This record gives sequence, structure tokens and C-alpha cells, in this order.
Amino acid sequence: MQGVLPKDIIELTPNVYTEPYWLATAEHRLILPRCTTCGTYRFPPGPFCWNCRAQEVEWIEHDGNGTIYSFTVVRHPVIPEVAEALPVVAAVVELPDTGGVRLISNVVDCAPEDVKIGMAVTIDWYDVRENTTIPVFRLAGG
Amino acid sequence: MSADELTLKDKAAIAGVGSTQYYKRGQSVPQLPMELAGKALMNACADAGLTIDDIDGFALYSMGFDTSLFSQWLGIPEVRFSALISGGGNGSAGSVGLAASAIATGQATCVASIMTLQQATVRFGASFAPKGKPGQTYSAPPSPEGNFIQPSGLMGPGNMFAVLAQRHMHLYGTTRENFAEVAISQRANAIRRPTSLQTQPLTLDDYFNARMISDPLCLFDYTMECDGAVAVITVSAERAKDLAQPPVYVMASANGGAGRWGQAITWMGMPDEYFASSGHRPAAKRVYEMAGVGPSDIDVALLYDHFTPMVIMQLEDYGFCPIGEGGRFVADGNIRWPDGGLPVNTHGGNLSEAYIIGMTHVKEAVEQLRGTAVNQVKDAEIALVTGGPASLPVSNLILHR
Repeated sequence: MQGVLPKDIIELTPNVYTEPYWLATAEHRLILPRCTTCGTYRFPPGPFCWNCRAQEVEWIEHDGNGTIYSFTVVRHPVIPEVAEALPVVAAVVELPDTGGVRLISNVVDCAPEDVKIGMAVTIDWYDVRENTTIPVFRLAGG
Repeated sequence: MSADELTLKDKAAIAGVGSTQYYKRGQSVPQLPMELAGKALMNACADAGLTIDDIDGFALYSMGFDTSLFSQWLGIPEVRFSALISGGGNGSAGSVGLAASAIATGQATCVASIMTLQQATVRFGASFAPKGKPGQTYSAPPSPEGNFIQPSGLMGPGNMFAVLAQRHMHLYGTTRENFAEVAISQRANAIRRPTSLQTQPLTLDDYFNARMISDPLCLFDYTMECDGAVAVITVSAERAKDLAQPPVYVMASANGGAGRWGQAITWMGMPDEYFASSGHRPAAKRVYEMAGVGPSDIDVALLYDHFTPMVIMQLEDYGFCPIGEGGRFVADGNIRWPDGGLPVNTHGGNLSEAYIIGMTHVKEAVEQLRGTAVNQVKDAEIALVTGGPASLPVSNLILHR
């Protein structure tokens, strides 16, 4: 997979609110927390609904089809560990039907010059190590 | 209580400003960061006609300043106030408002706001890089919130603000030529000043030939990495009249923003309505209301310039032009000194004079209003200073002579 950071510098440190998300990504499933009281998605997962302040959520599965909301092409290695991995396309991907949930991820295996705001993307999975998988995206039809 | 009693307006004034010389990153060694702070404060005291024995408060922002050690070293007779605006460079302008608040409420009489910076050991450009290692000069340890951004490769503020800049270009047609105008105009201001670290003009060719760091930002869209310190002393408006310099009055200051601006560039979930902004709109409205002035009353603007597009977004958020028109506003020459309608960053700013996390902007505003600036705006009466576009709370300051 081209356009991702090296595996050895990626480390996840979930808390009680984010752990269900990362357990699901390890199974290649995207789930998002939605308030059981008012139906508002909250992301990243946290203890309160920002709309009604209730705490309980249900986890809703999403197909991972989204659009590129914005992006940058990271070219300069601010730490030496990433030098050989660059450039990477770091993108903010908005997920439809979620009230504006955005994931910050990579658009992989593409020419950076081809990436534009508004493009459709589909989810894929970057398996970092056992039980650690990061969602990434591909240009739809690309 | 009447509105008059509740306002901060004209209760306090800046009496002194001082700095060390400015250095390229690491060049201030072997001086210690807090040593630089002490030298800057002594220079500010001398400027004001005060001594260290007069200082009884600290109103601060960002990390790196230890009131306890500093007061112990300098033998401050009594510290009566020490408070910090949370976050980083967002609080630079607001730290003077915090000083004015302490004075207006009788908690202290002579309050120092200080920034000292030495990037020999800490480099902000990689401050969000993954895999925090003890003793390294970069990176943040992983956190539950950081897990959602660190694997993406957004490793420093420049990568993150590039995402906002890209969206601004998409929505409004802002161009790299517009970003270049910010860099080139500020460089032209800087090279006239002996304090500036950048000494050569910047051309459009230089700009477009520079390497890309994080699209759409190139080398010259980024601030420099520097060392140095700047101190500002605030006292009551009454007391300021009897000191060495003409008072520069604190008209208004605000810090804050919309709750859902939140962590801003490190969560990217801000509402679409103001995603491609500086986050300053609520604080801009509040500071104008408190000051009783509007954008057309501002004679010179010292806008926090860590990255060129964020100057353009602040011009919009402070109402100097409509939202989305910032690029065309700078293209028309409006921010140029001396002939533009709103000279911006007449000292050269973070981009070209020195990056002391925004405190040079306060110093320049004071010099403009005293009439002693190197690049003096004729008859300048009112100046706007802003803190860094960043996570909450962003801050600002309106001063008048």
C-alpha cells in the first residue's frame, strides 16, 4: 500500500469511549457512535452528546463511502522516520448520512496530483499489526 | 452594575515593551530560555521607567514560562497575580487583555506578559508527529484523540492549516499568488528593520520556485523557527500617564470562540459554515463591541501569521472584507505599507521579522501608536492585534494612543 506512514510509528491508545471503534476497524468494519436520545453522531467518540448532552450511544455501521472534504499532500518529513513514506495524501473525508462526521485519513495508491476536493472515495484497511487497523481511502473507481 | 463598570475599556495601558535580539533557531544558546525572558523584561522595565521591583503580576499564554523559577531568580518582591490563557500561540494578544483584567479588578498593579522561545530542543513543526519518544526534539505522545489524526501524516500545524487553506481555495477561488502577496508584503516591511532575521527581498519567482512543504503551502508560507523573548508591561491607565512613555491604552480584548471550533485543526470537525476560517469571528465581534469601534476604524493590523493563508482568513473574520474575499483583498494591495488601506504586519511578522509566538505583534502595535515604528503608519491611532488562529480560545487586542 502506497501513501501511508510506516507501521512502526503508528500506535493506538484507546480509552473506554474510543475502544469499540478500534475493535471494529481491526475487523475491517466502520462503526460510528450515535446518541440514543437525539440521534446525533459524535466523533471522535466521547462521553457526551454535543447536541443534547446525553451519554448513551448506539454504534451504527457505515459503508465507508465518503467524499474528500479537504486534503494536503505532505511532502516534507518533519521527522526522519517518515522520509521514505512521503509524499502522502492526508485527507479529511466526510461521511454522508452522519450529520457531517469526518475522518482524517490517507488517500492511498494514487497520484497526489489526481486528488481533488469533492471526489468520491471508498474505504480500505491498513493492517498495521495484529489488532491494529487504520481506515484509509481510495479514489472511487480508481 | 452599569455597562461602564463592566467594561475593560481604557482601564489599563501598556507602559513598556522590551525584547532580546532575535535569533535563528538554536542560536541563542548557551543563554537559557528563562534568561532571555529576564533580559526582555528588564528592557521593558527600562522602556517604561520602571524596575523589576515594580512587577507584581504575570499574565501569560502558551507553554514554557515558569513564574515560580522566574520570580525566584529575579527576586520579585511579591507576586500578586499569575495566570495563563490556555493553549499555545492563540493567547498572545489576549495575554495583555488578561493583564488589563488583573489591573482593572485590583488584583495587581504592574503586570508582565512575556514570551520566551528557544527552538534548539523543541520544534513546533513536528509537534503533532506520532510516536512520542522521551528526549526527542519532536512529536506528541499518542492519545485517544490523537489516534484519529496522527496516523494520517498531519504531523505539524503547517500540515493542518494547509487543509484549511485548500478548502478556502476550493470555496472562494483564493490562489497561491494571494498567499505570496502576504509573504512578499511582509518581507518588504521586514527588510527595512535592523531587528529582522530576513534581510533580502522576496520575489514572486522566489516564492514559486520554493519547495512545497505541504500542498498548497510552500516554504515561504511558513513562519521561521526562531529564538528570543519579548515582554510587555501593563499598568493602570492613571499610572501610565506618569511613566516614561506615552500610554498605549487597552481599548478591548477578547478570547474564546465557538465551542464547536474546539480543537480545530486537530479534529477537523468544525461546522462547514466556518471550517475555512481563522476561528476568530466570535472574538472579533466581541472585541469590536467592547472597543466601540469597527474595522474601518483600525489604522494598522498586526495579525498572527504562522501561515500566510491564515492572515487572509483573519482579514475576513475581522470584517476588513467579506467572507471569501480575502484573497482578492490582498491582491488589490490593501495590506501593503505605506500605501494600502490597511497596512498589515508592518514589522514583518512571524514570517519575516522573527517568530516569538506573536508577541512581536504587540510590541509593534505599541511602537505604531507611540509614533516610533520603523515603518510608521501615518497618524496611527488605533491598532488591532490578534493571537494565533488555533484551537480555542483564540484572542485579540485593540489598542489606542
